[in-house]
Amino acid sequence: MPSGMRYFYTLAVTCLAILITSVPAFNALLHPGNPTLVFEAGGLLGIVNVTIDSLSAFFILITNFAVLTGLLYSRGYLSPYRLTKSPAQLALHNFSFVWLHISMLGVLMLHDGIAFLIAWELMAVSSFMLILFEAEIRNTLKTAVNYLIQMHVGFFLLVIAFLICQSDTGLMSFEALQIYFSRHPSAPLFLLFFAGFGIKAGFIPLHTWLPEAHPAAPSHVSGVMSGVMIKMGIYGIIRVLTQVQSDFLVIGLTLLIVSSLTGLLGVMMAIVQHDLKKLLAYHSIENIGIIGIGIGLGVMGIGLNNPTLVMLGFTGGLLHALNHSLFKPLLFFSAGSVYKAYHTRNIEQLGGVIHKMPQTAGLFLLGALAICGLPPLNGFISEFLIYVGLVKGLSAGNAYQSIAFMCVLIALALIGGLAIFCFTKAFGVVFLGTERKTPKNEIKEATGDMLFPQYLIGSLMVLIGFVPVIFLKPITGIVHRYFQIDPTIPDGFYRIFSQISIIGVALILSVACILYLRKKIFQKRRIGQGPTWGCGYTAATARQQYTGTSYASNFGDLAQPILQQKEEFEPIGESEIFPGKRRYKIHPVDIFNTAINKITYICMLTLKKIARLQTGNIQHYILYAFIFILIIFFLLYLKVL
Amino acid sequence: MGLLFCIVTALFFPGIILRVKSIASGRKGPGIFQPWKNIWVLLQKGNVISATTSFIFQIAPAVYLCTVLCAGLLLPFPGFSPVFSFEGDFVLFAYLLALGKFFLIIGALDTGSSFEGMGANREALYSMLAEPAFFILFGTLALLTGHTSMVGIFDAFRFTGPDTFIVGFISAYLLVQIAMIENSRMPVDDPKTHLELTMIHEVMILDHSGFDLALVHIATALKFGFYGGLIANFLLPVDWSLPVQIISFFVIQVLFALLIGFLESFRARKKLAKNPQFVFTLSSIALVAFILVLMITYKMLG
Repeated sequence: MPSGMRYFYTLAVTCLAILITSVPAFNALLHPGNPTLVFEAGGLLGIVNVTIDSLSAFFILITNFAVLTGLLYSRGYLSPYRLTKSPAQLALHNFSFVWLHISMLGVLMLHDGIAFLIAWELMAVSSFMLILFEAEIRNTLKTAVNYLIQMHVGFFLLVIAFLICQSDTGLMSFEALQIYFSRHPSAPLFLLFFAGFGIKAGFIPLHTWLPEAHPAAPSHVSGVMSGVMIKMGIYGIIRVLTQVQSDFLVIGLTLLIVSSLTGLLGVMMAIVQHDLKKLLAYHSIENIGIIGIGIGLGVMGIGLNNPTLVMLGFTGGLLHALNHSLFKPLLFFSAGSVYKAYHTRNIEQLGGVIHKMPQTAGLFLLGALAICGLPPLNGFISEFLIYVGLVKGLSAGNAYQSIAFMCVLIALALIGGLAIFCFTKAFGVVFLGTERKTPKNEIKEATGDMLFPQYLIGSLMVLIGFVPVIFLKPITGIVHRYFQIDPTIPDGFYRIFSQISIIGVALILSVACILYLRKKIFQKRRIGQGPTWGCGYTAATARQQYTGTSYASNFGDLAQPILQQKEEFEPIGESEIFPGKRRYKIHPVDIFNTAINKITYICMLTLKKIARLQTGNIQHYILYAFIFILIIFFLLYLKVL
Repeated sequence: MGLLFCIVTALFFPGIILRVKSIASGRKGPGIFQPWKNIWVLLQKGNVISATTSFIFQIAPAVYLCTVLCAGLLLPFPGFSPVFSFEGDFVLFAYLLALGKFFLIIGALDTGSSFEGMGANREALYSMLAEPAFFILFGTLALLTGHTSMVGIFDAFRFTGPDTFIVGFISAYLLVQIAMIENSRMPVDDPKTHLELTMIHEVMILDHSGFDLALVHIATALKFGFYGGLIANFLLPVDWSLPVQIISFFVIQVLFALLIGFLESFRARKKLAKNPQFVFTLSSIALVAFILVLMITYKMLG
């Protein structure tokens, strides 16, 4: 098959899958009152129901959009690899990409336990194959295997959770959970599900795979993984929540605490990163935290019997999931374009990209503004809902709940401030200023086929920012349907957003007016050009610019115990009067990674001791069997067994 | 209407502060309108634009000014309804100001100067640290009054007993301090320092000139006036008659400017390394107010 055609076949298959699922999904979303769509499909497992209800429909549409833009972007992004990779490798990559899409759709449409778990497993394996694309880099291989192992820990937790349900009810599906939850306290099993889905979503401390896997994968894959694949964890959590019958306050509080920590630590660790894609990956963790805060707020609302909180929390959380699935792929794609042009992701070696790639820079800026939750873009709308929910929550419960809400409010305000800190760094150091290192090759703006999907995403983001109501209405419909809140939405609710939109429009118009005025005035004035003012020093070089490390250093010092940085350098000795050339290396350390490594190290040590039993001597093994039989015999004799 | 009052008072703000400072230090000093004369001169001048910059540098001052103006649309004024008011509008107020700051910061980074990078970095850090104090304060007031819009909060807040006096005092104190930090005044930043290494806001706008610099100065003055308006709103009871309110509004604004002038005259700038602690202290003071309100509303003590 000619290599050009292969891409179009992939595109055709993906489009077909998108078409088949999007039509019923739109239907389910726009008419939430309609009975959910159920197909009965035969197969190895007997009859499996394929269900599209409004919750899955919402996530299906998000997934389809992200996968489509990812695939469109991949054509341009992968073009240099066509020369270095064999056709079989590229084919495998496309094949895995299609399978990732189909498995995600499967996860969203299958409610039966076994079928769901199979789709879940397929998703892990196909994304593993996608991360492995650049397997010739040794680190990628290590990361991918690490990813696969961690995904299976999550898978194992989910299997246990489903089995607990089956042993009690005899059924293994999401619907059966309702029966289980009505008989037992909900919190323990929910927390088990939360841990299983949380590994996929990247809640701290289960996140350690995420900042490694995202940078290792090609950018379009990182975009899809970060934009929608980790949302499958969020979907799973919400799906289980729809079945939960009791313990809402405990669950809500746990979600709020874990999510606030996830958000805070995620953004704090993002600030000190040097790798642009790793920085974005840590921001995914932060955003999962914000989504989690929204969901936790909603659950608290159910527990406190406060419909306003339920609506604000879940609507904010779901809208933020949608928003994140837009701006995160946008950021990954534009970062990918920079990587493709400069062959480095190290932000200390970049700089001044805006002069060579103005469109990519503009798109990255758009994504950065949105991810910081700044008005008038989409990120603000969802964060605003959560803020209002939290402030309303302050007066909803008892004193302790108020304190909890206040802590989350502080966390959210800090997350917002830190995100601005982080993205002024990322955008400023990478795209602005002058080049820190002259690139070997000529730098060109990304090609049209790479820019087009980014513009597509960008326009949708602007649309959500300015006309949020058309997106909020279906989402409130979902919340109403699953969490039985009062359908009458408070009168002024949508009016708030029209006011925000008007202010947004006023902002844009006033900026345009001033810039027009400025242009008019400048036509008459003398406009000089000169070097940047160096405070009297005239020989400033690009290397004297503020770097990412220096930008982050004062914050890094402030957050010392959490943000550890590893420094490698040889100190200057006392007898060295003329010190020679030296190298200085600094890289951030994820303390959770260190902790997990420590635990695995201890496990390995113990297991190594146990491994002494494995002598390879057949007589020993017979002895073990004999001892085992003896033990069983004694236990039976003592009536323990 | 209320916005107009705030803008009018904002016009006098930099001048009053300057005058107070000069009198306190025994200098003759410039007149009250000197800052605006300077801005007028700047508006007439041509620009010098650094060759390393991109369009970001050129749009940043305009965006900064417009975000401040748009944030002003949300500002309540006793007796008049603000242009826009809705539940949680203080979130938009804070985020609009943050948007302006975002652009000013990346505008500074656009020049590729290490000094401006330093200023940008400090500005980002301190305003990030000050953010929680603002949200705790408004969360606390929302809890006390049961409203979540600025108008609702300010209308419903009344000085009824000793406990509300304490909350009112702490809130006014916090608003003054947040205003000082957000506008890069003492003790976090010294607008009059002459060494780039110790500047924050001033070093960030080092490369802006002419029209752009004027925009930044106007925006800073307005922002100060708006914070003053916020404080005046907070302190003025709604049941006073309108003329009295308007007069006392101006009195409070002038007092606020005088206060800042005096504070700046008799206070030294903190060591830069100590600034984060100072900013964090504000959050803890805000938390004290929160605990107090919890006691009032839930009767935690009895």
